[in-house]
Amino acid sequence: MKQVLSVEDMSVTFALHESEVHAVREMNFTLAEGETLAVVGESGSGKSQAFLAIMGLLAKNGTAGGRAMMGDINLIGMAPSQLDLYRGKDIAMIFQDPMTSLNPTLKVKTQLGEVLVKHRGFDKQAALKTAIEMLERVGIPEPVKRANAYPHELSGGMRQRVMIAMALLCQPKILIADEPTTALDVTVQAQMLDLFKTLTQDFGTSLVLITHDLGVVAGVADRMMVMYGGRAVEKGRVDDLFYDPRHPYTLGLLHSTPHIAKRAARLDPIQGLPPSLEHLPKGCSFNPRCAFAFDRCLEQRPPLTDAGDGRQKACFYEGPMAYGQVA
Amino acid sequence: MFGYAIRRVLSALPVVLIAVTACFFILRLAPGGPFDGERALPPETLANLRAHYNLDLPLIQQYGIYVGRLLQGDFGPSMVYNDFTVAQMLWIGLPFTLMLGFTAFVVGTVAGLVAGSLSAVNQNKLPDYVLVMLVMVGLVVPNFLMASILQLVFGVYLDWFPAGGWKPGSLQHLVLPVIVLALPHAGRTARLMRGSMIEVLGTNYVRTARSKGLGTRLILARHAIKPALLPVVSYLGPGLSYLLTGSLVVEQVFALPGIGKYFISAALNRDYGLVLGTTILYMLIILAVNLLVDILYAWLDPKVRYD
Amino acid sequence: MAGVTGKDAVLTAYAQKLETLDAPKGRSLTQDAMRRLVRNKAAVLSLFVVGFIVVFAFVGPYLLPWAYDKIDWSAIRKPPNFEAGHYAGTDQNGRDMLARIMQGTQMSLIVALVATMVSVFIGVIYGAVAGYFGGKVDAVMMRFVDIMYALPYILFVIILVVIFGRNPVLLFVGIGCLEWLTMARIVRGQTLSIKEREFVEAAKAGGAKPWTIIIRHIVPNLTGPVVIYATLTIPEIILTESFLSYLGLGVQEPQTSLGTLISFGSPVAETLPWMLIGPAVVLVSLLLCLTYIGDGLRDALDPKDR
Repeated sequence: MKQVLSVEDMSVTFALHESEVHAVREMNFTLAEGETLAVVGESGSGKSQAFLAIMGLLAKNGTAGGRAMMGDINLIGMAPSQLDLYRGKDIAMIFQDPMTSLNPTLKVKTQLGEVLVKHRGFDKQAALKTAIEMLERVGIPEPVKRANAYPHELSGGMRQRVMIAMALLCQPKILIADEPTTALDVTVQAQMLDLFKTLTQDFGTSLVLITHDLGVVAGVADRMMVMYGGRAVEKGRVDDLFYDPRHPYTLGLLHSTPHIAKRAARLDPIQGLPPSLEHLPKGCSFNPRCAFAFDRCLEQRPPLTDAGDGRQKACFYEGPMAYGQVA
Repeated sequence: MFGYAIRRVLSALPVVLIAVTACFFILRLAPGGPFDGERALPPETLANLRAHYNLDLPLIQQYGIYVGRLLQGDFGPSMVYNDFTVAQMLWIGLPFTLMLGFTAFVVGTVAGLVAGSLSAVNQNKLPDYVLVMLVMVGLVVPNFLMASILQLVFGVYLDWFPAGGWKPGSLQHLVLPVIVLALPHAGRTARLMRGSMIEVLGTNYVRTARSKGLGTRLILARHAIKPALLPVVSYLGPGLSYLLTGSLVVEQVFALPGIGKYFISAALNRDYGLVLGTTILYMLIILAVNLLVDILYAWLDPKVRYD
Repeated sequence: MAGVTGKDAVLTAYAQKLETLDAPKGRSLTQDAMRRLVRNKAAVLSLFVVGFIVVFAFVGPYLLPWAYDKIDWSAIRKPPNFEAGHYAGTDQNGRDMLARIMQGTQMSLIVALVATMVSVFIGVIYGAVAGYFGGKVDAVMMRFVDIMYALPYILFVIILVVIFGRNPVLLFVGIGCLEWLTMARIVRGQTLSIKEREFVEAAKAGGAKPWTIIIRHIVPNLTGPVVIYATLTIPEIILTESFLSYLGLGVQEPQTSLGTLISFGSPVAETLPWMLIGPAVVLVSLLLCLTYIGDGLRDALDPKDR
């Protein structure tokens, strides 16, 4: 299948007053056309920063290294003015918090229309018409009325629909959704995931779904990448990872997810806290929280290696893992 | 919207009335009067004068007369400049003061907004440091000192601009006074604008705008300016009132024919009518500007509704 | 609420931020702010300079050979002369400028301190009452503040000062009355959240009267923000005082203040520059340092710049 995005050896570093923090290291993955990739991890695992880097949206003290090839174009290290030719057109992003991600002082139609004016060269009338069609498409009732509203006049779910409409206006090749359902009511979450599925299928858009919620992944994604401490620790097809996790952290995540773990009859949270990126433990970053850790894990960091069947994992432990054994 | 404006005006009226009343009684209860000149007047003349200005009536009655006249738009006579009514005196001085004040207000606001925005966009880079330092100078050098310095440097040593005085229609004579008046206002505005612009540039919705590939210029012009202006706009009302205050000094230092000069001497000479008239007019002007500012605010922030 | 325009929100957002910040950390707000303030080099340097100016103003006069009102007939309008003990020259009346600058600084500092206390007193009581009673009382009181903000206050002070003679005490009080508005807003914002806390609930349940609750339970919890805001008020007041003095409405001869000195110095700045430069340098450095301290305090408290 055709690749739309291929990330090679990407890293993200933040300069602090006297030190540096490596938020993402040695990240490699590809995204195929029409595919949905879930990127899963706790907060601080670097999953959001990786994609903000690809979008050129890092904070001022952040720098990205490596390559993120969209066709022949490397998005990393590109000048913002150059990047603006692609952002919003070929690659779009939806953010976690729909309440603050829309400009409170501009009408919805302005915020939607400007994308088309900028990237498609539409005039205002045409942009408005297309924007209203898109609002209808994402399931907003009375789209003409909503287009003339200000963001604070819409509900949270409605605003996230507006964000989705905005991101899809130019029918981008890649859509990055950063925790798109986290801030929404549970009932709305399901609708929203449905919407993602249909729309990306309709437009042939590849979707990157960044989340910490495996429940979200289950219904939507084709492949997933689990991140811990700034690195990918396991990659593979969603079904494979769900039924046969090979990394203790993936196993732990599955246990902590209520409707997946119910077979185990009890919820088993991962013990301890996510590591501080400034002070990663020696060896495998997960070793302080890992029930399967042995002496080698304390000394060496396991590389990401092929585990057959198109899967990869970064763990020395090869034995069986069972529910209840984690931590 | 119109109803809202009316309500705002009505709610300000009691305050105007309280202020007028307070000023009136404080002035009258204080020792001294308008006719205690250097040479004592003959008792008869004094009595006549007092009767002429109703000063012999009970205080409460005088107050009634004053407010009654005021409601008809009559500020009464000036008691020191006896050939003039207060309205005439105001008409002589006020247009100049307002012209000076509003020019400085516009210049200072625009300069402050531009400086603040430039500072914010270049945060922690050279232009920011230079601007922040300039703003600090505008803030901490009192206007009377700044006036003397500019007068000395540009008026006397360099002789670029007249050091004082006024010729009608001469822009040359306005340059230094406007700069002195505008500087502190520009400084305060720039500080507010810098802070709020930095905050806005860090918001999620500006990040969204960047993710849409809109380009820096469009992001600043369409997405950042309006919300960044909000705190600045709410400062404009108090800012104008600071600025008009400053004009008292500036008019004195540069020997300009505004109302400030008369106000101070009127207060010293117990020219009741002129002091009250000036105060009331200042209040009305400032309240009017505040009303405009509120309407501007509502336009900038769609969450504000005139309920 | 008072600000139809949300003006209050702008000012009280700061106060509310403190609330939310304070809660999870368990460390006292003031301690936390102080720790961060100490790391701010400009603010620390400014503190030292202000300390030096205070010592200069209050101890300095004892070390000088001339008193501020003593006339040296042999040195009138003279530039600095170390042999005669006129380290900063003399004025037109033959009085020692350095002694006068010290006395003027003293006066400016005293005015600032007393006026700040007056403004704190009025502002805290007003704000606490508005915040505690809330509802209609609050709406009316804060609307009043809103409108007062817009009045040409300095005109009232000029009237007061002129009418009641140039009594320094009145000057203090008059200026204090000018500066309480912002304090009232800050205190109101704080009070709104403090009154929801358990200890206030407990006091209410115990049958304490509103006044007792305000004085015993609310006001003591306002100390941090009030002290910080008072620090921000001091330079404003020094500026106002020097402004009034410059207009000739301030303290009376032979006493003086920085504003008075500058007003005498500026007309003769061309021929007797030492009469302007000395007081101007002291006033500007005082204001500059106080502004830096105020900024430092604000940044120390403000989460967004960290």
